[in-house]
Amino acid sequence: MIEILQLSKAYAGSGTQAVSDFNLSVPEGEFLVLIGPSGSGKTTTLNMVNRLVEPDGGEIRIQGRNVLDSDPVMLRRNIGYVFQEAGLFPHMTVAENIAVTPNLLGWDQARIRTRVHQLLDMVQLEEAAFANRLPVELSGGQRQRVALARALAARPPVLLLDEPFGALDPVTREAVAADVRRIHQRLGLTTLMVTHDMTEALLMADRIAVMRDGRLIQVGTPHELAASPADDFVTQLIENPRRRAHALAEMLNA
Amino acid sequence: MNDSVREAWGLLPDYLGQHVILSVSALLLGVAVSLPLGIAASRSRRFGTPLLAAVSVVQTIPGLALLALFYPLLLALSVLTQDLFGFSIRALGFLPALLALTLYAMLPILRNVVTALAGLDPAILMAAKGVGMTPRQSLFKVELPLAAPLVLAGIRTATVWVVGITTLSTPIGQTSLGNYIFTGLQIENWVFVLFGCVAAAALALVLDLLLAVAGSGLAMRSRGRLIAAGLGLVAVIAAALAPELAHPRPAHQGIVIGAKNFGEQYILSQLMASRLRQAGFSVSEKSDLGSTIAFRALTAGDIDAYVDYSGTLWGNILHRTDMPGRQAMLDQLAAALKKDHGIVSLGSLGFENAYIFAMRRDRAEALHIKSLADLAAHPDLRIGGDFEIFSRPEWRAVAAAYGLGAMKRRQYQPDFLYRAVMSGDADVVSAFSSDGRIARYGLVILEDPKAALPPYDAMLLVGPAHAQDAKFIAALKPLIGSISLTLMQQANLRVDRDQDKQTPAATAAWMDQRLPH
Ligand SMILES: Nc1ncnc2c1ncn2[C@@H]1O[C@H](COP(=O)(O)OP(=O)(O)O)[C@@H](O)[C@H]1O
Ligand SMILES: [Mg+2]
Repeated sequence: MIEILQLSKAYAGSGTQAVSDFNLSVPEGEFLVLIGPSGSGKTTTLNMVNRLVEPDGGEIRIQGRNVLDSDPVMLRRNIGYVFQEAGLFPHMTVAENIAVTPNLLGWDQARIRTRVHQLLDMVQLEEAAFANRLPVELSGGQRQRVALARALAARPPVLLLDEPFGALDPVTREAVAADVRRIHQRLGLTTLMVTHDMTEALLMADRIAVMRDGRLIQVGTPHELAASPADDFVTQLIENPRRRAHALAEMLNA
Repeated sequence: MNDSVREAWGLLPDYLGQHVILSVSALLLGVAVSLPLGIAASRSRRFGTPLLAAVSVVQTIPGLALLALFYPLLLALSVLTQDLFGFSIRALGFLPALLALTLYAMLPILRNVVTALAGLDPAILMAAKGVGMTPRQSLFKVELPLAAPLVLAGIRTATVWVVGITTLSTPIGQTSLGNYIFTGLQIENWVFVLFGCVAAAALALVLDLLLAVAGSGLAMRSRGRLIAAGLGLVAVIAAALAPELAHPRPAHQGIVIGAKNFGEQYILSQLMASRLRQAGFSVSEKSDLGSTIAFRALTAGDIDAYVDYSGTLWGNILHRTDMPGRQAMLDQLAAALKKDHGIVSLGSLGFENAYIFAMRRDRAEALHIKSLADLAAHPDLRIGGDFEIFSRPEWRAVAAAYGLGAMKRRQYQPDFLYRAVMSGDADVVSAFSSDGRIARYGLVILEDPKAALPPYDAMLLVGPAHAQDAKFIAALKPLIGSISLTLMQQANLRVDRDQDKQTPAATAAWMDQRLPH
C-alpha cells in the first residue's frame, strides 16, 4: 500500500510548482495509472516515490513506512523502476543488466543465474538468443522487456513505470502492455505507471489518476471517470479515445 | 659508416631499455594521477576549470625547458630535505625527467577523462541511481566503463607524446634514445641521429598499436584482444628491462664520468673512462650534460669526474670578471673549488678550448681585418654565435673592449657555425680554439690585442668522493699537461669531419696510445 500525503515539489530556480498538494492512496495489488499532459508533474511525482527527487513537503508511505526515513539507496533496490527510453546500461549484456540489482544486494551467483533465467522466461525472451546480447542489438520492444525484467529482478513489491511504451510502434506496444499487466497480476505487485495516452490508461488501469499543472484533478476507475468526470478537462481526456474510435470506424465503414 | 651502425646497435639495449623504463613510468604515473584528478574535475567545475587551464599551460612550455626546469627545482628541494631530514634526493637524471614527463602525460588523459564523464547520457546516470547504486558504484560500474574508450584514446595520445619527449631527457643526465640524437647532432653523425629518431618512432608506434588493440578489446568485449594487448605490453617492457636485469649496473660502487654536450667532451670522458678501467675501476659515462648541470652534478656526486674549462668556471661558478692572468686563474680556481665544493682540480690537460672569433680568410683579407679591433670599422658585418655566447660575460667584455655592441647577431647550433661562415651567412663567427675545423676550413682567428677574452684551460676535476682516492688520481694524473692543442684539434677533427668520421670511443683509443701512461 502506497500513501501519498500533501506532497509538493518546486525545482530550484524554476519558479513554478511542479507538484502541489498531492494526495493519493494506492492499495496493495492495484495497477494505478497517472495521466496528464506533458509537464503536468507525472515524472516528478513518480520519482519522489523512490527518492530520485526529494520532495519539498508532504509524505510518502510504503507499507506504512515513510520513504524519507529509509536509506534512499536501499529504498531504490526494493522498488522496481522502468525508465522512459529503457535506460539499459549500454556496456552490459542483457543478462548483466538484469543481474545489476541482485548483484548490488550481494546475492550469490547461482541464485542470480536462476533468477535471470526465470525473468527472461517471464518477459518472453529466449535465454540462449538474448542473454549475451548488448542493448544496441535489441529492438525497442525487446529493450523494454529487458528493462522490465531488470526492474523486477530483486522481487520488489512495488513497480514504477514512466511512459514505458512511448517509443514503441502500436503493435509492439500492445503486446508489451499486455505482458506488463499479466506480470503485475501474477506477482501481486503494486504498480504506478505514468502515461499521457488515455487509451493505454483505460485498457491497463485499475484506477486512473488525472494530473494537470502539478495537481491531482480526479482519481477513479475508468468507469467512474467516464460516468462522472470532475471537469471539462477530464471529460475531454475521456472523450478523446471514444471520438477517435468513432471517427475511425466511420471512415473504415464508408 | 659501418662503425657507426655497429656502435649504435651496441648502445641500443641500454638506451632503449632506459627510454622504455622512463616513458612507461611517466605514463603509469600520469594515468594514476590524472584519473582521480579527472574524476574530481568532472564533479566540481570550480576545481576542474583551473586544473585544466593549469595543465594546458604546462603543455605550452617547450619540452626541453620543462625538463631543464625540474633540475634546479629538485636541487633546491634536495638542499631542503638535506637540512630538514638529513638525506638528499637525486636532482639529476631519472627523477626530474620522470616528473616533467608525467606533467606532459597528464593533459590528454585528464582532458579525455573530463570530456568522457561530462558527455555521459543523463538518462543512464539516472538509471544507475534508480536501480540502487551508490555514487561510488555508479562511478565504477557505469561511468568509468562507459568513459573507458575515450580515456584510452587520451592515454594513446599521451603515450606518443611522452615517448617522443623522453628523448629530451638526455641533457639532464637521463640516458634515453635521445643520446643518439644529441650526440649525433654534436658530432654530425647522421647515422646516430637517424637511429635515435627511428627507434623512438618505432617504440611509440608499437605502444600505440598495443593500446589500440586493448581499446578494440574493450569495445568488442573481447577477452582475447585484451589479453593479447596486455601480454604485448608486458613483453615490450620485459624486453626493455632484460639487459638491465641480466647485468644490474652497480648502483653505487661504479665510477661515473661526466661529459658536456660536444665532441671534445665525449672524447675526453671516454679517455678518462678507459684509463680508469685500465686501473681496475668499473666505469660508466653520463654524457650530454648541460654546461652548468655538469658542475652541479659533480658537487652532488651524480658524476665523479669531468673536464671543465677555467674561463667557464671563473665566470659561472666563482662569478668573477677580473682577469688575473692564466696561471693565477688556475691556482685561484683550484683553491676556491676545493674550499667551497670539496672538488679537486688535478690541473690543466695542456690545451685551451677558448672562445675565439674567426672569419673566412678571403673575406678578412678583402676587408683588411686582422683583429677584433678592426671589426669596429665595419658595423654592418653579421656575427654568428652559438646559443650562449651573446649572453655570456665574454661577449660583453669583447663588445665593450672593441665597441661591437651594434653588430647584427645570429645564433646557430654550434656545428652549423662553420657552414654559416663558409656560405657567407655570417661574416664573423664564434668558435672554439681546439676545434679541428678552424684549420680544416682555413679560417683566420681574429687577434685579441686587449686580452678581453679569458683563458680556457681544460681542467680535470674530481668530485669530493674521490678527492683522496690515490688509485683513482694516479690513473688520471698522467693525462695532466700531456694533451697539446694540436693533438686535441686532430682528435676533434676525427669526430667532426664529414669523411671517414670516427666515433668518440675510437678517437679516445687513438689518443690513448699517443699519451703517457
Ligand atoms: N530537473 C528539473 N529541473 C527543473 N525543472 C524540472 C525538472 N524536471 C522537471 N521540471 C519541470 O517540472 C514540471 C513537471 O515536470 P515533469 O514531472 O517531468 O512532467 P511530466 O512527466 O508530467 O511531463 C515541468 O514544468 C518541468 O519543466
Ligand atoms: Mg515525464
